[in-house]
Amino acid sequence: MSILSLLIPVTLVMGLVGLASFFWSLRNGQYEDLEGDAERILYDEDDRPLPSRTYKSPKEPTP
Amino acid sequence: MTLVDGDAAEQLMSPLQQGAARRSLRTARDGGAICLLSVPDIRCGGCVSKIERALNARDDVASARVNLSLKRVQITPSGSRADPALFIAALDRLGFAASAADDATATPDPTGNGLLRATAVAGFGAMNIMLLSVAVWSGALGTTRDAFHLLSAMIAVPVVLYAGQPFFSSAWSALRVRRVNMDVPITLAVLLATVLSLAELLQGGEQLFFDAAVTLLFFLLGGRYLDQMMRERASSAINGLARLAPSGAMVRRPDGALAYVELEEVKPGDRLVVSAGEYVPVDAQVSEGSTDLDRSLITGEPLPVLASPGDMIEAGTLNLTGSVEAVALRPAAESFLAQMIRMQSEAERNRGTYERIANRAARLYAPVVHLMALLTFLSWLWTTDGDWQQALFVAISVLIITCPCALGLAVPVAHVVAAGRLMRMGVLMKDGAGIERLANIDAAVFDKTGTLTTGRPRLEPVIADVADLSAARGLAIRSSHPAAKAIAADLVAEPAAVVEQVQEVPGYGIEGRIDGRRARLGRGDWVAEIAGEPASSPTDPAFAFAGGAPIGFEVTETLRDGVHDTFDAFSRGGLDLVILSGDSRERVMHLSHDLVLTDICAGMKPADKVSYLENMRHEGRRPLMVGDGLNDAGALAAAHVSMAPSSASDAGRTAADFVFLRKGLDAVAATHRVACRTAAVVRQNFTLAICYNCIAIPLAVAGLVTPLIAALAMSASSILVIGNSLRLSASPEKLRHGTRRRRLKKAAT
Repeated sequence: MSILSLLIPVTLVMGLVGLASFFWSLRNGQYEDLEGDAERILYDEDDRPLPSRTYKSPKEPTP
Repeated sequence: MTLVDGDAAEQLMSPLQQGAARRSLRTARDGGAICLLSVPDIRCGGCVSKIERALNARDDVASARVNLSLKRVQITPSGSRADPALFIAALDRLGFAASAADDATATPDPTGNGLLRATAVAGFGAMNIMLLSVAVWSGALGTTRDAFHLLSAMIAVPVVLYAGQPFFSSAWSALRVRRVNMDVPITLAVLLATVLSLAELLQGGEQLFFDAAVTLLFFLLGGRYLDQMMRERASSAINGLARLAPSGAMVRRPDGALAYVELEEVKPGDRLVVSAGEYVPVDAQVSEGSTDLDRSLITGEPLPVLASPGDMIEAGTLNLTGSVEAVALRPAAESFLAQMIRMQSEAERNRGTYERIANRAARLYAPVVHLMALLTFLSWLWTTDGDWQQALFVAISVLIITCPCALGLAVPVAHVVAAGRLMRMGVLMKDGAGIERLANIDAAVFDKTGTLTTGRPRLEPVIADVADLSAARGLAIRSSHPAAKAIAADLVAEPAAVVEQVQEVPGYGIEGRIDGRRARLGRGDWVAEIAGEPASSPTDPAFAFAGGAPIGFEVTETLRDGVHDTFDAFSRGGLDLVILSGDSRERVMHLSHDLVLTDICAGMKPADKVSYLENMRHEGRRPLMVGDGLNDAGALAAAHVSMAPSSASDAGRTAADFVFLRKGLDAVAATHRVACRTAAVVRQNFTLAICYNCIAIPLAVAGLVTPLIAALAMSASSILVIGNSLRLSASPEKLRHGTRRRRLKKAAT
């Protein structure tokens, strides 16, 4: 049972670290635009196709 | 690039709008300037990336970031001389109307973040204490148990002291004015549970309620945070709606130059210049020029009136056709607009405080529970021959188990779910009290202009030559008068003729030359001056070539979509239906001939509307008021509950409990249906919570409650109530998502 004296403090410290990082993210404005962040990920800022892609994008006009 | 933009800004924006754009500049935390713009048309990630890409590519922007939830753009300009008007012009070219963001919404509400922090702390405490408690329940003994109890106490005491503050302060402020709200029994239970457990801990007892106290706080804080979020979202959405009037005025200085002046700084005697398309800033008297004024938001008259030198113009009227100079008569604080707002706050005061259903429940619940705990204490004292410790323990466990966790969640969770549902339907709800009141209305009162009608008149069919009609359309498209707009829009089949030497005569109409012939479109008697014969009616619009026969146009108001559905639904539900209008009786009768109504009042002044609604309330009625104008703001505040369309005046939107963004009036009936279903769910939640108490209280009084039973029973009842409330969001009605989906598609391509 003596392992408990190690494990319980570890649990508490992990919990406190989580709580502290939540406070940090809250103060940093991470929760100010939840909707926007959810939608932002759908739109790539980078318009060029990745180099590994070799097929032609359907949007390009065919000559 | 900047040069082109400067031109664009001048083309798109009047000096007044450019002046008002400067209000968007604010000082950032680091001392630099930031520009906050409110852009209500941002709908999706597509709009976000479009705007950010366009703005970030500009030379005068260091960084631009869109907030989709608040529909706002924050721009950090590069260089010190940034002109927000250029940003607004750039957004306008992308198809987004932008305006300076309101001060009220510029800083986020600290309460929301405070609640979120308290919820996180309570969650941390609840998880860790529960972990230790499960070990105790499953049979930890001796020193292990005592150590776990000590650890629980060390976590629980700071957590309760920090996370319980919202409840403690609310309960304290209620007790100070000798009232009881739901937070009083909650505070009592949490504090007693903590104190009792500490006392037990010191005596090495077995029964500790730390887990119950902290889990309770966690559940209740979660509910309270959601409630707060709902209100914040609705108010930011309402504040984000495009403002009708820029809050400022163009003043002509003695040296003849024009300058932008903040609204509060306009003094009586200042010479104001009001251009076409602008709102009159303060009450004034026209000194030069004449124009047509749209007073529909002020008086409810749908058709414009003429203002010429010597006429009074009220703040809030829209100048349609010509530019006028006027002398300010009163400062902004005494203008018509301010009077309306005063009337509104007065009506709000007279409305009396509506007691929320949760507080009514608490007023019944708290004394019963506290009395029961006292009786338990006394009877245990009597039966155990004065074992006061045992009696006190049982009495406190009664208070803990009856802590209204489910009762505390019964109302806010249902309201949050209903608000989310309404928001998807395009209806914004300001706070939960509104939806409680809407569920028990017994009459519905409607304004006419702008509420029942669309604000855009329609042209009745005309029979005439194609040449005449196309000439009439050619003139009509040059004017911004609503009747001319209706003619231009409804004669769309005719090609517009080429018109030269166009001249608009405010109050009369528009004149020009078509193929060398003089032609007029406007008031019948004015057109008849050049026509060969009199027009069919001297006031209705007509068109004629010089010496030709005049063609009369009949322009009528159109009802909004869904007016009949709403009236049918309300009259089936046994509600009285009333129209209150500032317009003339004939026009109201003409419009409402096929509607079933209890009462029609025409020619009502703003004060008449307020007293009509106050009379209704004195008779014990509970009227719903639906209105949009500045003249309705007082009536909206005086009614039991009120709704306004998003096209309403700023004052109307502030006064109303609900704002609907949809074009059709069917939103009113749909909101009423949701309100009734919400009220039913709240009643079910109360029944569930009372059933729980019926089982739990006898157990507690008998002294059979252990911490394990308390934790299980309280969590189970809360989850039951939350689950029942979530049923509200399952919608039996099909919602119209078409427009949004199309926009998304457009934005994605």
